[in-house]
Amino acid sequence: MSSFSVTEPTNRTKWFAGTLVIAYALITMIPLVWIGLTGFKSPADAISYPPKYVIGSDSEAGFQPTLEGYVNLFTTRTRQTQDYLDANPPENWADEIVRQYDMVIVGPSKFGERFMNSVIIGFGSTFLSVFLGTLAAYAFSRFKIPLADDLLFFILSTRMMPPIAVAIPIFLMYRQLGLSDTHLGMILLYTAVNISLAVWLLKSFIDGIPTEYEEAALIDGYTRFQAFYKVVLPQAATGIASTAIFCLIFAWNEYAFAVLLTTANAQTAPPFIPTIIGIGGLDWPAIAAGVTLFLLPVMIFTILLRKHLLRGITFGAVRK
Amino acid sequence: MSDKTVDRVAAATPAPVARKIKGLSDRAIAWIFVAPTIFLLLAINIFPLIWTIRLSFTNYKANRINREPEFIGLRNYERILTDSDIWLNMQATAHFLFWTIFFQVLIGFTLAWLINKKFKGNDLWTTIIVLPMMLSPAVVGNFWKFLYQPQIGLFNYIVGFFTGKDPSSFEMLGSVNLAPWSIVIVDTWMWTPFVMLICLAGLRSIPDYIYEAAEIDRASKIRQFFTITIPMVLPFLMLAVLFRGIENFKMFDLVVQLTGGGPGSTTELTSINLKREAFEKWRTGYASAYAIILFVTVFGLASIYVKALNKVKER
Repeated sequence: MSSFSVTEPTNRTKWFAGTLVIAYALITMIPLVWIGLTGFKSPADAISYPPKYVIGSDSEAGFQPTLEGYVNLFTTRTRQTQDYLDANPPENWADEIVRQYDMVIVGPSKFGERFMNSVIIGFGSTFLSVFLGTLAAYAFSRFKIPLADDLLFFILSTRMMPPIAVAIPIFLMYRQLGLSDTHLGMILLYTAVNISLAVWLLKSFIDGIPTEYEEAALIDGYTRFQAFYKVVLPQAATGIASTAIFCLIFAWNEYAFAVLLTTANAQTAPPFIPTIIGIGGLDWPAIAAGVTLFLLPVMIFTILLRKHLLRGITFGAVRK
Repeated sequence: MSDKTVDRVAAATPAPVARKIKGLSDRAIAWIFVAPTIFLLLAINIFPLIWTIRLSFTNYKANRINREPEFIGLRNYERILTDSDIWLNMQATAHFLFWTIFFQVLIGFTLAWLINKKFKGNDLWTTIIVLPMMLSPAVVGNFWKFLYQPQIGLFNYIVGFFTGKDPSSFEMLGSVNLAPWSIVIVDTWMWTPFVMLICLAGLRSIPDYIYEAAEIDRASKIRQFFTITIPMVLPFLMLAVLFRGIENFKMFDLVVQLTGGGPGSTTELTSINLKREAFEKWRTGYASAYAIILFVTVFGLASIYVKALNKVKER
């Protein structure tokens, strides 16, 4: 390596660029940090002016952290008379928290259920899109398919349709087939949306695997299917995993179809979180708690798997 | 297709033998592998699209199942194109599209350019900057609504802190003048990283030797920037604009959570208006025609744009 390169930025340039980028990154994180903090505030602290941001301090800008938001997120509560409260001492720490508002916990809220719906529909549609996508991508990559380029473009162009435009006939179709508000209906729908991206991404990964391995396997007496299963799939594992993460994030985040096509049984978390109501208006700490729990998995995923994710995002551009 | 050996072997083997050796023929496998995907897309994308086109010529209302829809020809299209309210929605959408793309390109390119200076730890900071675009737009809209609250919101507090304005003196979401900008701010916060990543891919695709040659020719840094960097990144930048343009033309979830189209209809983008017609007023036929008009608009604009893009690439 040469010690000097004309294209290498000077140390001063690097320092300057670094400072600006870090400043932007810190500013961009403020809303997320704020939501994280709000989840641990009492309703009064959450809406106080000036805002409180120092955890556990007694100063004007400080607040005492509490799990109230999380308790409210996961439970339903009713107000009780003083006599009832005196006769029934609090059973656990969560009960203790809601007692300060003369309330008792009467059962779980819908949040757990909605969160599980997000998990089931997210993983179900991801599995299906990656499974079908891998098969199609392999076929497009290795076989001569008539009109392959047109088919591939057709697959991609389905992503241009506005969700609401597709939602009208799908709403009617699902109503007739009995798929409205079912997990299966949502899984099929999200699979149809995701599969275009899955086919394109996976094709680029499989294109990168040399065909010599399969040829050797075929000559050794493997069937084409065995060659695909035992030779190509293991090599495409990284590509399959990063495609899966993309599909999962989309299904996890989707709102338009969820709000139009589900009402109770199969409703996912995004349409549910904004409807969390507390006493006298929106319960911001509980909403913030729900938002935090909902966004945290995606953020952790992004940080852990950044290399694969970034390749997927820029893939469309890099492919030219 | 590089599996020539296989093709040759396959061609030289008599068909019945080949089937015994290799199980299914390649042709059969190809179709078995592709068919489910094509079928799913036909069932859940193309069939609904055709159905929408058919509905758009009727006065069908989805909340009245028993009433037979009537064929009314092009009347839905006529009503939409002459409706002045819809042109207001189009204007709101255009304002949103123009300014989000403007800010995202400006900030996104600058960030990519700075990150490409390869300072220590740039990977980690890039990932942190990317976080907002990974989140659920509806949930993002929901918590920004909290930040925008006039008396208690952090946004107003910070603006007040730096400008000396009273934080309760302005309402980002409640005022006719500010609401269109409030959605631009959130979309820019969320999607600038996307433009940044694509620009970064563009910057990293420029080989070092071009700059080295320019350096030997004693071209100034500024000249290098305008004659090498910008032209080489432009195709990438234009692609990023295309993706953001299509996405923001379809924009629904973020804005519906943030403003719900209000106040009045100042932030009522076409998708929100469409949802109202289709799922609140239940004018299914009318909304279908509306959907087709939007769809044709996106496709038309996108294909004109792609032609321009290809011209830039050829240069």
